[in-house]
Amino acid sequence: MPLLHAIQDDLGYVPEGSYPSIAKALNLSVAEVHGVVTFYHHFRTHAPGRHILQICRAESCQAMGSEALEAHVKKTLGVDYHETTKDGAITLEAVYCLGNCACSPSIMIDEQVCGRVDTVRINEIIAEAKGA
Amino acid sequence: MTTIVYVPRDSSALSLGAHQVAKNVQAEAAKRGLDVKVVRNGSRGMFWLETMVEVVTPKGRVAYGPVMPKDVSSLFDADFINAGAHPLNLGLTDEIEWLKKQERLTFARVGITDPVSVEDYLAHDGYQGLKNALKLSAADIVKEVTDSGLRGRGGAAFPTGIKWNTVLNAPADQKYIVCNADEGDSGTYSDRMIMEGDPLVLVEGMTIAGLAVGANQGYIYLRSEYPDALVTLNEAIANAYKAGYLGANICGSGKQFDLEVRRAAGAYVCGEETSLLESLEGKRGIVRFKPPLPAIEGLFGKPTVVNNVISLATVPIVLDKGGKYYQDFGMGRSRGTLPIQLAGNVKQCGLVEKAFGVTLRELLYDFGGGSASGKPIRAVQVGGPLGSYLPESQFDTPLDYEKFTEIWAVLGHGGIVAFDESVDMAKMARYAFEFCAIESCGKCTPCRIGSTRGVEVMDKIIEGKDHAKNMELVRDLSDTMLNGSLCALGGMTPYPVLSAINHFPEDFGLKKGQVA
Ligand SMILES: Cc1cc2nc3c(=O)[nH]c(=O)nc-3n(C[C@H](O)[C@H](O)[C@H](O)COP(=O)(O)O)c2cc1C
Ligand code: SF4
Ligand code: FES
Repeated sequence: MPLLHAIQDDLGYVPEGSYPSIAKALNLSVAEVHGVVTFYHHFRTHAPGRHILQICRAESCQAMGSEALEAHVKKTLGVDYHETTKDGAITLEAVYCLGNCACSPSIMIDEQVCGRVDTVRINEIIAEAKGA
Repeated sequence: MTTIVYVPRDSSALSLGAHQVAKNVQAEAAKRGLDVKVVRNGSRGMFWLETMVEVVTPKGRVAYGPVMPKDVSSLFDADFINAGAHPLNLGLTDEIEWLKKQERLTFARVGITDPVSVEDYLAHDGYQGLKNALKLSAADIVKEVTDSGLRGRGGAAFPTGIKWNTVLNAPADQKYIVCNADEGDSGTYSDRMIMEGDPLVLVEGMTIAGLAVGANQGYIYLRSEYPDALVTLNEAIANAYKAGYLGANICGSGKQFDLEVRRAAGAYVCGEETSLLESLEGKRGIVRFKPPLPAIEGLFGKPTVVNNVISLATVPIVLDKGGKYYQDFGMGRSRGTLPIQLAGNVKQCGLVEKAFGVTLRELLYDFGGGSASGKPIRAVQVGGPLGSYLPESQFDTPLDYEKFTEIWAVLGHGGIVAFDESVDMAKMARYAFEFCAIESCGKCTPCRIGSTRGVEVMDKIIEGKDHAKNMELVRDLSDTMLNGSLCALGGMTPYPVLSAINHFPEDFGLKKGQVA
């Protein structure tokens, strides 16, 4: 796992082409490496957009209107979960609690959590991500 | 004279702009030629007041909040570094009623100290527990923890001392201490607050656990959703090594304890202890059959203590003040305090550490101030995504493991999520199945298939198709999952589902009071 994290931190994903060398380094079969990478939601096998936007779908955020936020983001970006906007700026992902439930609804843009996110705030976040 | 200003580095505070507040404080102070030192502390846990900035004055710490980055210059205009009047002035932090009403034992230092500073930790009674532990035999340390009545705070509420005793008595050349910092339950954040606000108390607790059972290696399995906690933990661990509190010769005792953080990868089921161990070993997080217990055959087949962050972070105060002191708090067989996390539709969300026995109503209204929306609170889910939904008629239940069992509910990790009257409980039941389907490790059929079927059946119920038949089907599915699942993910998904149906039948197309 530390190796997979290092690869994803570096490249943004764990390309399938890297499985044989990972397998060799860890003395595993390619199938085992594939099994581990695909088991965990955190690891992705395809290159993401320049930014990753995660929306919390868990209960506390639902209680504070995350469903409406989710619908707004999907419409604004024109993508569903696990998809990337046409301009390659943003990959949208779902997440199940960010530990920021005291400030629901929460989202995470790359490694930054944002709390009490309303449509105004999310539009700013999206605009900033698209511009950078 | 240097004025000290505290600005939290807790990630919830950061989620509201605390980094920018800290930067602005520094910039304004420089601009005005004032001698100000900014210290990044943890959060006091009053999140409706974050970013809460504190200034050290001769009378004590004075709080201001919620401070937005744009408010900083007006704070300086109001001479806040000398406790000047300002609409955001909250008075002396220690006098804030919300904090005064709590019994902060595990959270004694959170929000007060610089989380990564060993000196600050020592100046606030840190490492007193370890100092005592180093004078005791392993069996006596375990006895102190057993006497405290501490039960695991990760959810299962198993007595910590008994678990440790099993590991102590398991003969082996190598043993491990594993801290479960996967904190996957929605509505919970107390582990995160400890790791970001007082990580050294966790380091100390794990070190004591190592001495108690004869383990010289510890791992913290940290969820990948907590990048800020990772930074704080690693800084704190590095500082503990430098100061001689970790490593080959702890405090010159000749005893060894090494500690490392391992990042998880976003699988809820890896919070289950055997799945966690598989994951630490670099495998897919498939749940293991028990027995053998991890205490006998855990990580790499060696005897292993697996404990939640809060359980381990509570050990130092037990060893510092004695098992009896801790045991004196609480009610029934629920001893000590529980760090409760208020979440969801609550006006004043935050961390309330109280002795067991406090009621939901006190927490929701006296601490929480009611709902954030101003509408009545209709339902609360206690204990994460596998916890039951409770209606208003059960709000007087005291927080106590056994009292909750009596009403077919759980305390879990102490998270309370409130919903106002706009909630549709049928949707929440559907979500419970959906979550289980997404996170199932796939080992047992009732969990893997049952949860997916549950989503389909709930969809039909919501549409009103074959209503009676589908309601029966949901109950059957729930029964199968309750009885045929290896771990609590499949085995407890029926808790939120059935409690929603039983307490809120009107949301499932039934008459109030009607039982399907
Ligand atoms: C699906 C599932 C998820 C769990 N997630 C967590 C978790 O995130 N954190 C935790 O401490 N315990 C979690 N547990 C409980 C652990 O299996 C285990 O009981 C706990 O780590 C033991 O520590 P404690 O005795 O200190 O509570 C989970 C259990 C299940 C079945
Ligand atoms: S109940 Fe579900 S998560 Fe638990 S072991 Fe079975 S399949 Fe895996
Ligand atoms: S439920 Fe969304 S941050 Fe916890």
